[in-house]
Amino acid sequence: MIYQLNANVRNFGETISELSGVDISTCYQCGKCTAGCPVVMEMSHTPNQIMRLIQLGLKDEVLSSPTPWLCASCETCTTRCPKEVDIAKIMDTLRILALKEGYKRKEPNVVAFNKIFLDSIKNNGRLQETKLAMAFNFKTLQFFKDMMLGQKLFMKGKISFSGDAISGVDAVKAIFERSKGFLDKGER
Amino acid sequence: MVESSQNDNIEILTYSEVEEVGGYIGNFEVKIRKKARLVDLEKCTGCGTCYQKCPVKVPSEFDMEMGMRKAIYVPFPQAVPNVPVIDKEHCRMFTKGKCSICQKLCQADAIDYEQEDEIIEDKFGAIVVATGYDLFDASVYGEYGGGRFKDVISGLQLERLISPSGPTGGHIIRPSDGKEPKNVVFIQCVGSRDVEKGRPYCSNVCCMYTAKHAVLLKEHLPEVQTNIFYMDIRSPGKNYEQFVQRTMEQFGALYIRGRVSKIYQRGDKLIVKGADTLAACQVEVEADMVVLATGITARHDSKEVATKLGIPYDEFGFFTELHPKLAPIETVTSGVFLTGACQAPKDIPDTVASASGAASKVAALFSSDRMSMAPLVSTIDTSVCSMCKACMEVCPYGAIQEEEITLRDGTKKKQLTVLESVCHGCGACVSTCKSSCIMLRGMTDEQIFDELMAVAQ
Repeated sequence: MIYQLNANVRNFGETISELSGVDISTCYQCGKCTAGCPVVMEMSHTPNQIMRLIQLGLKDEVLSSPTPWLCASCETCTTRCPKEVDIAKIMDTLRILALKEGYKRKEPNVVAFNKIFLDSIKNNGRLQETKLAMAFNFKTLQFFKDMMLGQKLFMKGKISFSGDAISGVDAVKAIFERSKGFLDKGER
Repeated sequence: MVESSQNDNIEILTYSEVEEVGGYIGNFEVKIRKKARLVDLEKCTGCGTCYQKCPVKVPSEFDMEMGMRKAIYVPFPQAVPNVPVIDKEHCRMFTKGKCSICQKLCQADAIDYEQEDEIIEDKFGAIVVATGYDLFDASVYGEYGGGRFKDVISGLQLERLISPSGPTGGHIIRPSDGKEPKNVVFIQCVGSRDVEKGRPYCSNVCCMYTAKHAVLLKEHLPEVQTNIFYMDIRSPGKNYEQFVQRTMEQFGALYIRGRVSKIYQRGDKLIVKGADTLAACQVEVEADMVVLATGITARHDSKEVATKLGIPYDEFGFFTELHPKLAPIETVTSGVFLTGACQAPKDIPDTVASASGAASKVAALFSSDRMSMAPLVSTIDTSVCSMCKACMEVCPYGAIQEEEITLRDGTKKKQLTVLESVCHGCGACVSTCKSSCIMLRGMTDEQIFDELMAVAQ
């Protein structure tokens, strides 16, 4: 593959630096992030490759990569980075940017899960696991997934359909509302 | 060392520390504390009976605590002078109050438990600082075991294991179980190029000593496989690159480009989890032994030494030269020269070159009775000076001193004077002086005004 590098090579990196507050040019490609990543075997690009692609300004390549969606946000990369680059935060930024700019979702299940998870918290102020599992399975068209297991858990009283909203739901909703425009305003 | 000790013009003061430095170039007054080694340097014949018979065993600092030494000991076999020293912290005469085996056995009657520190005061013309460096302490790397794994050793520890006079007599074995390692991992840049650990600089020597270790290991144990995790191979010296290539081609070292994220134990093996950024993948190596190429840091007490000598140091504790390119050996204090790794991480050729440079600088300084200096120095108009001494405080070189003069009528008077050999003409005193009585020679106010007038016309 040949990537065309033009005079605007640094633009994308600067955008990412601005949005995430992490200086992309700091990365010196030692690979320690990749070395410690627990999900790297699932990734098409390793974390250090993503950093390099950003440095090369290859926006399409980065934002259509499944890697940010597979990132578990465990922050091992951030902890170990000898240059104190917050790689997990960059992955976060890439996810937000990919959604905002309408890139084709490479890992639709991950996006669906995150959305259902957050909706559950927004509407109830807490997570309702049973509803989360069911909503996720419906959304991703896997209607019978976990059905037998769910039955057993239900019989033993480990999960239930109850689990009401907390009393301060409105306050939680307000937090969600407030955080909505953060990326547009450039706040963090 | 031996050659130097036999030279009539060289006096070596071992086990001694500089306490105080006064004076200036050509006239340094230095106070040296010659610490009590509790063994008489003159009487001792170096027969070695004392340390053979001493009952107290202590981990040897020279062997990186992998071997033992006695409480009375010669630090290492080639030490000069070949006279032992008593370690007061561990000697039974000092911990329990009785023993004196060494004293009884010493035929030269050289042991003296009552010996006290000796203070030497002398005058010196120049000072060469060659205090060296400390090895980076890798135990701050929690992900590499933080010192918990016995088989994760430093390069210097491997060096001791390879040495015929080392704790194992030159047999390379795992410190944990004494078995010969089959698969060895080297990790470079431990405590170098690591901003997070406060060491952003390159230590200069680790790439080459790791290559050397890989070669030595292969020569000692032909069956061994060496794997070297590196970020970049820095081999800019003469023949260095060829040496690294030989390490790969003839000695079968596998260079893996990437850092290591974690080391953990599985059974009696160490699992090294790293990355190969060239293949863009994670790699795991099942290793018997891991060698950390620990970097160079400034001596732990370098700041105190710098304060005594009146020379600046950088944020890492390395002494600062006068100019990084044009005066790499001189310091801002005239007559104090730097050599070796106390200034910055240096390898052996660089150290020898800077040492030769410092020696030449001193020889040139001593070769004539007069010194040539740049003419831009401060002068004080003592008839105007109010003796507020504000200039003395701001002078970074300590060039302004108080002197007593006798007037024509016989009365004595104190006044300030500039030591021209120490002054660098920086102008700090000129701008500080409230009564404008200090001028830079060649740049007096009148001269500058005249220059301006000439330009304006």
